[in-house]
Amino acid sequence: MVEELARLVNANPEIVRWGRRMNETFMVEVGETQYLLTVRDGKLQVEKGPFTQRSWAFAIRAKREAWEKFWQKTPAPGWHDLFGLLRRGDVAFEGDQRVLMAYLMYVKLVLAAPRSA
Amino acid sequence: MKLEPVIGRYGEFESQNRKFRLYYEEAGQGIPLVCLHTAGSDGRQYRAVLNDSSITKNYRVITFDMPWHGKSSPPAGWQKEDYRLTTGAYTGMIMDFVRALGLERPVVMGCSIGGRIVLDLALKHAKELRALIGLQSGAYVERYYDAGWLDHPEVHGGRACGAVAYGLMSPLSPEKERWETVWHYMQGGPGVFTGDLYFYQVEGDIRGRIGDIDTSVCPLYLLTGEYDYSASPRDTEAVVARVKGAKLTVMKGLGHFPMSENPEAFLGYLRPVLDEIR
Repeated sequence: MVEELARLVNANPEIVRWGRRMNETFMVEVGETQYLLTVRDGKLQVEKGPFTQRSWAFAIRAKREAWEKFWQKTPAPGWHDLFGLLRRGDVAFEGDQRVLMAYLMYVKLVLAAPRSA
Repeated sequence: MKLEPVIGRYGEFESQNRKFRLYYEEAGQGIPLVCLHTAGSDGRQYRAVLNDSSITKNYRVITFDMPWHGKSSPPAGWQKEDYRLTTGAYTGMIMDFVRALGLERPVVMGCSIGGRIVLDLALKHAKELRALIGLQSGAYVERYYDAGWLDHPEVHGGRACGAVAYGLMSPLSPEKERWETVWHYMQGGPGVFTGDLYFYQVEGDIRGRIGDIDTSVCPLYLLTGEYDYSASPRDTEAVVARVKGAKLTVMKGLGHFPMSENPEAFLGYLRPVLDEIR
């Protein structure tokens, strides 16, 4: 699903505009699989790990089952937003929280993009 | 332009020995119904209730912007202090507003922080109130994220607050109303949402006291949207388990801002409650 994000986001100017000022790399972990998402002016490039000595600003880590529930077309209550998972401990935010919070709307829209695919 | 029946007014308002220029809106006549907005937002959240003629034919619906919120100003000297809402100041402000407008035994309905404070009103002012309606009521929410980031010079407060509010809504609510709700959050002043969350997530823990609420003096209705993870149905059920006579309705497909994110669905749940109170 994460591999699809670049195609889904870059073709959608309604999402890109929220990240227009963002030039950062962040990690998304789906179970054991790591992805690095590099953002340039709101456009995404996705790389699949494993990685050696790569830097990232922040990481969002969750189990595969959690992401699968999060990516349902209509997620169940409590699975519809990253902060819902956060309250239950089903997701971890690591690294520079300032960057995550500064671009929170963009990050939320990017990671929810598979729902409309 | 088609005019709405809603009238807005400003007034000099005093509470906790401080003066504020306060803004409120109202529509309708009959039983006063005072509506309390959520943390970091303002009275525009109740636009649909104010515009619902089936309600305003029997109720005088009134919503005020709390000081620091919406079109209400902070007090003189605000630049020298951190805004922090507390239980005492919040309950005091609501009752001062009720007295300032000369409202006789109003119904008070609040959402989120407003849904919390109606529990305190039930404890302290039950005899002065006709009924209480809590939307998204919980007795306490632990701090599951760092609200300090919502008031940080290197993070745009409006964007961050909007993104937090966005997630609390149901994916089933209409896009137009959800993004209107986000916009209100994006217009909040710096540190205001965080200051309200101090009450919601720190100071306003009411778990130890709610067992003393007497719903035979003042009825308590609790309506909670199923998609809310901040004040979830489980959190409201925990209140109902402790408060004898409290009436719970779980609102299908709604989130943390029912009156604002999906007005039509919410009104479907609210009208029968108001009919019962009347």
